Amino acid sequence: MKRREFLKLSAILGAGTAAPGFLTGCSPPPLPGTGAVETSPTVCNICFWRCAGTVYQENGEPWKVVGNPEDLHSMGRLCTRGTGGLGSYLDPDRLRQPMLRVERNGRQTFQPVSWDEALDFIAERMRGIAEQHGEDRLCLFSHGVGGSHFRKLLASFGSRGYAQPSFAQCRGPRDVGFALTFGEGVGSPDRTDMEHSRCIVLIGSHLGENLHNGQVQTWIQALEKQATVITVDPRFSVAAGKSKHWLPIRPGTDMALLLAWMHVLINEGLYDADYIARYATGFEQLAAHVQPFSPEWAFLETGISAAKIRETAREMAHHAPASLVHPGRHVTWYGDDTQRSRAIAILNALLGSWGRKGGFYNQEKVDLPDYPTPEAPKPRSDWQAVVQKDFPLAPSGITNAIIDASIGPDAFFKGWFVYGTNLPFTIPDSARNLEAAAQSLDLFVVIDTMPAEITGYADVVLPECTYLERIDPIRNSPERNPSLAVSMPAFEPRHETKPAWWMAKQLAERLDLGRYFPWDDYAEVVDWQLQQVGSSLEEMQRLGVKNFPRTTPMYFTPGQSVEFFTESGKIELYSAMLAGFGQDPMPVYTRPERPEPGYFHLNYGRAPAHTFGRTINNPQLFELMPENAVWVNPLVANELGLNSGDYVRLKNQDGVISNRVRVRVTERIRPDSVYIVHGFGHTDARQRLAAGRGADDNGLMTRILVDPIMGGTGMRGNFVTLISEEYTA
Amino acid sequence: MIRYGMVIDTQLCIGCGDCVVACKTENKLPAGLNRDWVVEATRGRYPDLTTEFRSERCNHCSHATCVHTCPTGASHLWKDTNIVLVDPGKCTGCKACIAACPYDARLIMTPDGYIDKCTFCHHRVEKGEDPACVSSCPTHCMHFGILDEPSSAVSRLLASRQQKVLLDETGNQPNVYYLI
Repeated sequence: MKRREFLKLSAILGAGTAAPGFLTGCSPPPLPGTGAVETSPTVCNICFWRCAGTVYQENGEPWKVVGNPEDLHSMGRLCTRGTGGLGSYLDPDRLRQPMLRVERNGRQTFQPVSWDEALDFIAERMRGIAEQHGEDRLCLFSHGVGGSHFRKLLASFGSRGYAQPSFAQCRGPRDVGFALTFGEGVGSPDRTDMEHSRCIVLIGSHLGENLHNGQVQTWIQALEKQATVITVDPRFSVAAGKSKHWLPIRPGTDMALLLAWMHVLINEGLYDADYIARYATGFEQLAAHVQPFSPEWAFLETGISAAKIRETAREMAHHAPASLVHPGRHVTWYGDDTQRSRAIAILNALLGSWGRKGGFYNQEKVDLPDYPTPEAPKPRSDWQAVVQKDFPLAPSGITNAIIDASIGPDAFFKGWFVYGTNLPFTIPDSARNLEAAAQSLDLFVVIDTMPAEITGYADVVLPECTYLERIDPIRNSPERNPSLAVSMPAFEPRHETKPAWWMAKQLAERLDLGRYFPWDDYAEVVDWQLQQVGSSLEEMQRLGVKNFPRTTPMYFTPGQSVEFFTESGKIELYSAMLAGFGQDPMPVYTRPERPEPGYFHLNYGRAPAHTFGRTINNPQLFELMPENAVWVNPLVANELGLNSGDYVRLKNQDGVISNRVRVRVTERIRPDSVYIVHGFGHTDARQRLAAGRGADDNGLMTRILVDPIMGGTGMRGNFVTLISEEYTA
Repeated sequence: MIRYGMVIDTQLCIGCGDCVVACKTENKLPAGLNRDWVVEATRGRYPDLTTEFRSERCNHCSHATCVHTCPTGASHLWKDTNIVLVDPGKCTGCKACIAACPYDARLIMTPDGYIDKCTFCHHRVEKGEDPACVSSCPTHCMHFGILDEPSSAVSRLLASRQQKVLLDETGNQPNVYYLI
């Protein structure tokens, strides 16, 4: 018998049906806002952007969430998902009580248990791991603000293992690529100064569909001011539709285009010579390096005409330094992603946009002290040196490396906490490894608000309350204007759910680590921190957001001498560090594999209605987009006899077949590619709206292209063919 | 009569649907019903394409065929404005207004069965606020105001930009404008 069978609890389906209505003279419902209205400040947690807003209740009933007009971070407006935030609170399918894996009649199942039972079980297992293997063998996968409480718990226990999928499955390559070039990453929120840009280049970045609030708003501001937008995308994205130039590039050939753009800027003398002379090193090597990469050469790779490559390069140069080649966000594509991000960084350096208005600004945040607690013990090992030894340049935890290091009797990690991240739908090709890790681990804890698929592997499932029912750590993100935002509970936690801070503290007390959590209520921590900067919880309860003046300049001043945080202290066009680690010191182009006839590049992206797969079951957002569709060019649809609305399944070159998904025939995609929005195709029946709707792109990714520099998972190595549903039924 | 109107800049609209969710939560609409919606209209052949996003709703027409056709007076104008409302107490659910509306902007309220529609959030307009959809839009592509007041933001936008209305040929004189 397996140590852990994958558990699926059958859903208890509601059987309520409405009686057919007939009119008997209806009384008008009261107008919204005419009852007793109460408000409280919140910080949205539907995605990680953390926009400040206000929660409204009317006559004790949840009403709406709207943006806080004082919030410069979100410019006072929530996005679609934030506006639908109440759906996360109202969702009838939420996790309700702690659950423990038990064996009953030879079968494993989840049993609802008390908080005491669940927490005692976890503490007991943690002690066991410490005794048998060492207290450094636990790790945390986290996505979301509450994960910090568990990170503190594990650190105080002696374990520092930690990874967020936002590194190895998302923006890690760009932050490493930019750090290798400028000595600093792009950060989050991205330090792009788009509202002042005169020219914005988007490379596979689909702003507008990806709804990172501040990003979208500043990009729109640039559009409103008639800035030139150049969009490179195999798909006619929303951004492409608002661009002066759309470059429908052959998938995977972006590097060729970037090198050709450098070639034009250098060979036509269009680069910022003063900026390069003042701040950069390695220009001679770069100039020699890009000589073979003419626009004519790039045309054969990318399908973008040489004239178009020259025209767009000249346009970028014309607007420089207010020309921004956007670093993108989810950039784990083809395995050479750090190098491609390097190429983007180098292009920005040639345009002189780093540290300049309309390019990249210097971020600032509030100097906010941590609540004083004892220093966590020094861990007995450096887990990164063990687990991530192949990727010495990775500054953060690599999820996929941690999973690999959790399989088998000799595995480094023996216990997992998974906070707010649905790993099987997040990490490509992970199902087999997650299954194997689940058989090896001594402890597997999942903390979530929803019955995500990852809960099926857990020993213990801890139901967290939503952001609307808890106080979260203060938002203090580095950006244009330093500001703090505080989230107060608008509602009592529903069911038996609890906030993450409470769970972590309860566990700490069971492990004699209570001194690391010396408060009864996390509100004390927030209040203490606020008082250190001249505010208070009482004040923030009223304001929600407090803005502070900037104390440092936002841009370089003309002629300013700048010390970059690189080895040379300069912008490194040529990276001696990469060369030292046996990597290419300057980006090179590798021709991507092309699909066999009948197969298509599998491209994927975001939709504005949803945050990954986390919001599909949110009743308010589900209505907006209940399932995804596979985008197919009409030439392909014609050949395959497909019409919009038909169901197909996607099959990749390794024979993995997706759930059924509807076809959307559209001119907005290249004939060599198909496209689906990520996050659909949920399999857990406890998510009654989302289950079985649409196809999951993640499951089709079996050819992972690992980035040799930062260890991330390139996700665009798969091709798919379309199978009409009638043939597979 | 005060003529309220909406001006929506399709060059800035990204079709995110925030307006739809904002309307739904503001007006406490039941599951499955929406008073506004987003249309995506693509023209051309790959790779020569244009895509326009439009946030659509009741046009609060100056010549409101729905009001004229309503046999009970349930469909009516709010105060001395062009804002079309439905009085659920007078509505028999006959659906004549649905047939008369060229924009398919009316819906059947569940479970009661009376006809419901966009109100331009007159409960907010009364307080000097914009409709919920306008005030939520993250791209600020939607504008609301009095069309016959030359200094209003909507009038100034209409005076300075190319525009269109939907189904102008019906003669309904719609008051939702799209900047193109």
